[in-house]
Amino acid sequence: MSRYFTEDHEWIDVDGNNATVGITAYAQEQLGDIVFAEVPAVGAALKKGGDAAVVESVKAASDVYAPVSGTVTEGNDALGDDPALVNSDPEGAGWFFKLTLADAAELEGLMDEAAYKAFVAGL
Amino acid sequence: MSDEAEITEIETLPLDAWHRTKSARMVEFAGYHMPIQYEGIIAEHLWTRENAGLFDVSHMGQLMLSGEGAATALEAIVPGEIAALGEGRMRYSLLLGEDGGILDDLMVTTTPMGIYIVVNGAVKWEDIGYIRESLADDITLNHMEDRALLALQGPKAVNALKRVVPGVDALYFMEAASFLWGHTPLWISRSGYTGEDGFEISVPVDVVEALATALCAQDEVKPIGLGARDSLRLEAGLPLYGHDLDASLDPVEGDLTFAINKRRREQGGFAGAERILGALARGAAKKRVGLKIEGKMPAREGAPIFDGSTQIGVLTSGGFAPSLGVPIAMGYVTRDFAAPGKILEIEVRGKRIAACVSPMPFIPNRYHRKGKSA
Repeated sequence: MSRYFTEDHEWIDVDGNNATVGITAYAQEQLGDIVFAEVPAVGAALKKGGDAAVVESVKAASDVYAPVSGTVTEGNDALGDDPALVNSDPEGAGWFFKLTLADAAELEGLMDEAAYKAFVAGL
Repeated sequence: MSDEAEITEIETLPLDAWHRTKSARMVEFAGYHMPIQYEGIIAEHLWTRENAGLFDVSHMGQLMLSGEGAATALEAIVPGEIAALGEGRMRYSLLLGEDGGILDDLMVTTTPMGIYIVVNGAVKWEDIGYIRESLADDITLNHMEDRALLALQGPKAVNALKRVVPGVDALYFMEAASFLWGHTPLWISRSGYTGEDGFEISVPVDVVEALATALCAQDEVKPIGLGARDSLRLEAGLPLYGHDLDASLDPVEGDLTFAINKRRREQGGFAGAERILGALARGAAKKRVGLKIEGKMPAREGAPIFDGSTQIGVLTSGGFAPSLGVPIAMGYVTRDFAAPGKILEIEVRGKRIAACVSPMPFIPNRYHRKGKSA
């Protein structure tokens, strides 16, 4: 399994043709207390870079973008009852959705962990 | 194309370095770098409701009007009773444009030095220009840029502050007086923007850091950022200028008729009196209301409000209410839909969510009023 990152602070774990997506620890830290999360419906077709989910802090709503194109296979229902999971475990239990990849070649433009760390350090 | 885009310098407040040592996250607000949060908005909000929170509101404009007839002169542009406002008494009022639109909301206090006015930071320069232009030449307007402003808010604010500045517990809500902190005179009022008991402290810039440090050394006190200031005032039903109030709206639409005192209603004589007194008599076409939102999804400023397929209003503030654990909002609806209990719908990202018109404040005020047991 490999983990990739986007410049919009999403992470994506890829295992074969299946992937799990969430927002990074840096992103949740920037957003602050998360009070609401909306995940995409099963079967939704996502386009790389398009709106996929919504995360709301006390102050504001932010979009979560699809790191790659694909079809949603599961949304994290636990976020409905406990959106603060995004704060407490952003890169684990606070995942947003799972999808099957439409085109594995889209992963090539994403960052690996070292590159993402360097990217965040430069912000 | 030319590269001569105007770069507006963002200014720093006297406590800028102090905030950063407290690990504040700084954002730009009203032209200043200001702390949005320290440990987190929800924790800071709840701390203030249970203990005491220290807010740096030095971005706000502190003005002093002096000269013979200053109170009467000010009454030409605000609808409150100022001439009969006793020394050490303060009043919430509204700066009115010629057409009765609200240019700002402000606090007016009668002091031995003159009429002390605190205005919003985001519009203070416009306010100063407008007030100067409206006053006769023999009335002086002094912008006290050598003063910082702190707010200490919460049920334990009085215990913390009286340890640092003895005697402040003698003040009741909307009273103010001068107190000595060591050799430094502080102008302190029992007032605030959270719905809690608390104080606002006007302090010379050169000692504000020492005072903030002395206050935060009290067990009850933590520094609180702008994020919690906004969620606290929203729960308290208090409007934020530039969002819930603006120059197109009058005090009747803004549901602020309490700020138009009896004599002023009878006599008029303030900017926009015709429009405002007419609206008082006939009712306004739309009104500011509170809304409790069903479910967990917050609705934000700008979201349209519907009755069936007809848009009947728009949200001007909205967010998560930490003390209630639900989303709440404020907005304007046409008069037929303004009654508490009315069920309406708000559109968020193409979806409709139910909302109920709610009386404000959303949680009870806990002011230390005179004639009420503590």
